[in-house]
Amino acid sequence: MQQRFKTLSALAAAVISSTLTVNTAQAGSNEQYFPLQSYRIGPYAAGGTGFFGGFIDYLQNVNAKGGVNGVKLTWSECETEYIVEKGVECYERLKTGLNGAPAAATNPLSVGIAYATLERSTNDKLPLITINHGRTDSTDGSVFPYVFPLQLNPYSEVSAIINYIAQQAGGLDKLKGKKIVTLYHGSPYGQETNPIIDLLAKKYGFESTTIEVPHPGNEQQSQWLNIRRIQPDWVILRGWGVMNPVALKTAQKTGFPVDHIIGNIWSNSEEDAAPAGDAAKGFISITTHPSGTAFPVLQEIKKTVVDAGTTNLSDPKRFGTVYYNLGVVNGILNVEAVRLAQEKFGKTPLTGEQVQWGFEHLNIDDARLKDLGAEGLLQKLKLSCSDHEGGGAVRFQQWDGTQWKVISDWVQADRALLRPIIEESAQKYAKEKGITPRDCSKEL
Amino acid sequence: MNFFFEVLVGGLLAGVMYSLVAIGFVLIYKASGVFNFAQGAMVLFAALTFVSLLERGVPFWLCFLMTLAVMIVLALGIERWVLAPLANRSPITLFMATLGLSYVIEGLAQLLWGAQVHGLELGIKDEPFIIGGIFLSQFDLFAAGIALSLVIILSIFFNKTQIGLSLRAVADDTLAALAVGIRLPKVWVIVWSVAGFVGLVAGLLWGARVGVQFSLSLIVLKALPVLIIGGFTSIEGAIVGGLIVGASEKLAEVYLGSVIGGGIENWFPYVLALGFLLIRPAGLFGEQAIERV
Repeated sequence: MQQRFKTLSALAAAVISSTLTVNTAQAGSNEQYFPLQSYRIGPYAAGGTGFFGGFIDYLQNVNAKGGVNGVKLTWSECETEYIVEKGVECYERLKTGLNGAPAAATNPLSVGIAYATLERSTNDKLPLITINHGRTDSTDGSVFPYVFPLQLNPYSEVSAIINYIAQQAGGLDKLKGKKIVTLYHGSPYGQETNPIIDLLAKKYGFESTTIEVPHPGNEQQSQWLNIRRIQPDWVILRGWGVMNPVALKTAQKTGFPVDHIIGNIWSNSEEDAAPAGDAAKGFISITTHPSGTAFPVLQEIKKTVVDAGTTNLSDPKRFGTVYYNLGVVNGILNVEAVRLAQEKFGKTPLTGEQVQWGFEHLNIDDARLKDLGAEGLLQKLKLSCSDHEGGGAVRFQQWDGTQWKVISDWVQADRALLRPIIEESAQKYAKEKGITPRDCSKEL
Repeated sequence: MNFFFEVLVGGLLAGVMYSLVAIGFVLIYKASGVFNFAQGAMVLFAALTFVSLLERGVPFWLCFLMTLAVMIVLALGIERWVLAPLANRSPITLFMATLGLSYVIEGLAQLLWGAQVHGLELGIKDEPFIIGGIFLSQFDLFAAGIALSLVIILSIFFNKTQIGLSLRAVADDTLAALAVGIRLPKVWVIVWSVAGFVGLVAGLLWGARVGVQFSLSLIVLKALPVLIIGGFTSIEGAIVGGLIVGASEKLAEVYLGSVIGGGIENWFPYVLALGFLLIRPAGLFGEQAIERV
């Protein structure tokens, strides 16, 4: 009964928050504010509730331990429903902070909203965090000082997948003559990596075919019949939402082996595999943040937040799932940026401009990962003025019918190969917008 | 040539799935002249209710009956709070009301049952089997059988039962039907309940195929061209329209898509429907509206 009440309360709050901002923590002057453009209703609510649930639970956990050097964290949510216009409206409403607590960064978890608020974020000097997604060329911080595609940009993602396929084949030279199909969501997000897969195909001599699935992707018969005609060695699934389970079901229906489908970072959650039932058994996907609850930081959250009955999740069974853990990782990186910036600017609430410095100087090494209780949950990460991604490595996991099992160590993208392409694209953007890139050699 | 037939058969079977949704539209339009934009939301609501009950350990058939009861309660509510206050308003007013209703039902579904994605197994394998070199899906054939059964049952219901004849009478001439003693609220509740039943069946089949999640409400977009081509007032038309849309979009995607760029199957049925609107505005099986001017 209590659970049901919590579910109804959480959803009612989400509905109300489409017009109102809901403050979920006591505001005050010695607080650091996180504006949350969340989505808890609409077609992508499953991802939104998991991600923002993990993010908020981590912030709660930090507060339970006294905050960041005594500065408590506060946040409020504004419902976007994953709609770009609402995301922009929420951005404008929340960017100025809350009751004197300055905003640290925005985390919309939406490519569309990120694109729409990119210039505003730069003008407002408020970091825009696009963890594992976003605009690839924003990796170049000399042109995009306030945008951070943390951990993994789309180009790195596809490069790491090709490297994994090469590992399975016995080396990059063995890719020659292989056939790889990329089945992508019909959106700018889906199309983002097509030029890179073509580039990699030329470099390594494999045959690449890209096939579009129109949004939302609930019917894919013709695409999979085409795939069967091509008879590829591997299919890279660059899906989103309903497109993922439908792809797995249709693959089974057309006789394609599911253990030769590799899902990208937005095809890697329980919500992507489980609805496909038996058809998903053996499906491989990449991950930067495995599911599971054994990580010390998760155990800490369980103790201070979940067991205390204050978890943001309406269904506590989702604790430790892929989306939830991504939210926790995102929380860790945001809080680490604040913590680092406090070392330079003082242990008080900071402006977005100051927190940007923190993000740009993030250096999460093995020792820090251990301190954070996030070994295995998060990869080593070192950011700089010129590199706003920092990691570029993924692990591979396989769905066993009920849960994901990690099946590889970290596989690194070929970042050296990708860097000139990223820089070229960033420079083009700078020229179009009249931006003078920063000289990163002079940045400390 | 085998490949062509495989695409064709796959398209025809996919089309049957579109028809299942389209039939719900036809029922309400046929009986009340209302284009019910909320049909997709009803599919979502029904499937989400069913799967949520199932996950709580309720037996399959009891889940079905309980969900059907919920859909009847929903129909009563719609009649009481939406249709009755708007009686005798123009069709566009009623259409706008159903548009608003779709958002209310979607919100209600997520409010009651949450935003989580659910898997649904109906016990029918979706593994392929091969006939004459063509891959066929057991599940798609099962769905086609269900659709055919629905058409037969609904045709009998509309043509052979007292209630069915009342529904047709209201659709043909509401005032005349009222004059002979047919109670309009009762007719509306029945037809919305039947549409709810069709929504439940469609929701279970689509839910088993794509997972029970919010995007189920978007399948209305696939039903619209089916209705335009088949006609808004014909259940048989919904089936034929579905077959045409399914087959043509798949063939277009495979053979035309490779020439003009992929991802055309979303808009191709609408181009086809536009062509039908120009040549045969009432659709293949729809009733021609004859008005004195």
